[in-house]
Amino acid sequence: MQFGLSESQRILKENARRFFASECPMSEVRRIAQTETAHDEALWRKMAAQGFPGVVIAEEAGGLGLGHVELAALAEEMGRALAPGGFLSTITAAAAIAAAGSRQYLAGIAAGTVKATVAFLESSASWDPEDVKMRGLTGEKRFVPDAATADFLVVATRESGELALYLVPRGALQITAMPALDLTRRLYKVRFENAGGDLLARGEAARRALERAFDVATVALCAEMTGGMQKMLDIAVEYAKTRKQFGRPIGQYQAVQHACADMLLWTESSRSAAYYAAWALDSASPPEASMAVSIAKSYASDACREVGNRAVQIQGGMGFTWENDTHFYYRRAKASEIAFGDAAYHRERIARMVFDQRLAGTTAG
Amino acid sequence: MDLNLNPKERAFRDEVRAWLDANAPRDWAARRQAEESLNARFTYLRQWQRKLFDAGWAGISWPVEYGGRGASVIEQMIFLEEMARAQAPPMANVIGLGLVGPTIIAFGSARQKQAYLRKILSAEEIWCQGFSEPNAGSDLAALSTEARREGGYFVVNGHKCWTSYGWVADRCELLVRTDPAAPKHKGLTALLVDMHSPGIEVRGLRQMSGECEFSEIFFRDVRVPVEDVLGEVNDGWRVAIGTLAHERGTFGAALHVTYRRNVNRLVELAREMGRDGDALVRQKLAQCYAEIEIMRFNQMRAFSRIKETGVPGPEGSIQKIFWSELNQRLQQVAMEILGPYGQLAQGAEDAIDGGEWAYGYLRSRGNTIEAGTSEIQRNIIGHFVLGLAKSY
Repeated sequence: MQFGLSESQRILKENARRFFASECPMSEVRRIAQTETAHDEALWRKMAAQGFPGVVIAEEAGGLGLGHVELAALAEEMGRALAPGGFLSTITAAAAIAAAGSRQYLAGIAAGTVKATVAFLESSASWDPEDVKMRGLTGEKRFVPDAATADFLVVATRESGELALYLVPRGALQITAMPALDLTRRLYKVRFENAGGDLLARGEAARRALERAFDVATVALCAEMTGGMQKMLDIAVEYAKTRKQFGRPIGQYQAVQHACADMLLWTESSRSAAYYAAWALDSASPPEASMAVSIAKSYASDACREVGNRAVQIQGGMGFTWENDTHFYYRRAKASEIAFGDAAYHRERIARMVFDQRLAGTTAG
Repeated sequence: MDLNLNPKERAFRDEVRAWLDANAPRDWAARRQAEESLNARFTYLRQWQRKLFDAGWAGISWPVEYGGRGASVIEQMIFLEEMARAQAPPMANVIGLGLVGPTIIAFGSARQKQAYLRKILSAEEIWCQGFSEPNAGSDLAALSTEARREGGYFVVNGHKCWTSYGWVADRCELLVRTDPAAPKHKGLTALLVDMHSPGIEVRGLRQMSGECEFSEIFFRDVRVPVEDVLGEVNDGWRVAIGTLAHERGTFGAALHVTYRRNVNRLVELAREMGRDGDALVRQKLAQCYAEIEIMRFNQMRAFSRIKETGVPGPEGSIQKIFWSELNQRLQQVAMEILGPYGQLAQGAEDAIDGGEWAYGYLRSRGNTIEAGTSEIQRNIIGHFVLGLAKSY
């Protein structure tokens, strides 16, 4: 038993950190966040050259064929750098395609020539697949991330009462921005009018593919949230060491110091949970993996919000300014807390498994 | 990153499990409920540890030359988990095995290792830890129990408190002041003291939960041979930090098993009481369940790190905060689910599970105080992990 990154995983993570530090420093994040779509094609191409979008796509399909621990390591660094744009959206779509047993678009995604997203939520804003009401390819999807820059969408819909997944080119779809808190990952309303598309999966296969895709995306998101938490902690600690009041660095006061200690506890615990879930996606049974994912997301959702709250508070007035970087992370933290189900959603998912299926025992040990 | 047990670890787990299946007494839970003298119960635990020692299960990660098994901390963790799963009684010599032994291995002389380690494992000699004093709790280095050098001896005078197992201990890792003129951290020495020496008086300290787990110890002109200095004279703070790191970093290793059992039982009780459909109850139980798992994941990470570095570091304070505060939340959730029944104590006719929940609720209050308060753990994280200036 070894809970820690292997040598090659560590190298991948360090490379990613260096890459984002040089290609996507905060000045770039700010610039890209103020563009219309928060997507920068040049950055995307460079990321693709590193193989990032294809990290878990099979080698036969043009990807790197690595595991979800590697995906988590990469996502953590992207979260730390607050990399803007449609990476998470694209890997969610890719995971749905792969989980449905298809290879369509995967080579393009791995090569960086194709970007994608998943259109799932509707006006009910429910993450439960049972609540998908859209009939065929006519209707409206909401809160679709990065739809404006996606080349195609994986669309969850209902046909003859059954869940179905379609691959729909963005082409003629009517896309409207939904301005929201996070400036680095944009949300859209997408209107479908008898749109054309390829059937990816239906019925039980569609439900499974969607569940797997959301589990994969949620793990990547949890790792990304961990990276964001680490950055907010680093910013707050640095400030607490240098800012002096009453003749002492404020970090010397226990009210501040203990808040920093709590931030560390939440960050490290989120990290443990995210990497455990990433490992479970590759090495545990599907129900165990889903359980690990919900454990990670229920915890990280609360943790990233609280870490953000402390980060702003510790920096006082400075933490509340536009000029300070914290608010970009704080905005992302709230969006991430909501995405793929908030803490309460995932706790109910855990409760269903604990009460109703009584998942017994533990995976390790 | 591989969270499965490797073949060697799995074989070890299977061996422990099979042995415990065949040998672990099944009456421990009932015995804890029964009226029995502390001494009788302790004799039982001592015999149980002796049986474990004879079968080679004491000191899993200790060197073979001192009677240990020479395995890694991962095997140590597996063993503790299996003990908890089997609901086996704890070993009698908790402080010796978890705290004093590893400190002697790290700092002790060859003679001390030969003289003490094996008897810790066999429970022939029970150890306690004499650190806290009435006026030196969180500020441990301010302690005033003093030891004066007289020829080949140190002569000890002072008063220790909150000493777990003090009432039954044969020996004590005692922290004393040997240089009153030096700055407070630099004038301390760790002594290995025979608790049967003349001049030692032990009194029980009754807790809010009703039991006497702790003692206070009075030392009046107690003579300790110089050869029983652990580490160097006036270097006792470093020795104490070593002991405390074990206390924070590895002590909670198997708690997730016990907590999980408690939550599983609460799920059962909620169902029996028709509350398993209550959204609030479901949320709270799921929260407990998730946090217990995360405590386990943190633990796996911590042990993997200790396996590489050899010693627990200051980040062990995260573990201590996590297990202690989580148990308090868990006990509170239990109280909310059980409603008026939760308060019924041992002996009450309608008490659920023999009053264990009422007891657990009270006992958990001590968790964030014993082994270093939550405030001290956060100071340690703030200063030693995050590099913030010392607040005290």
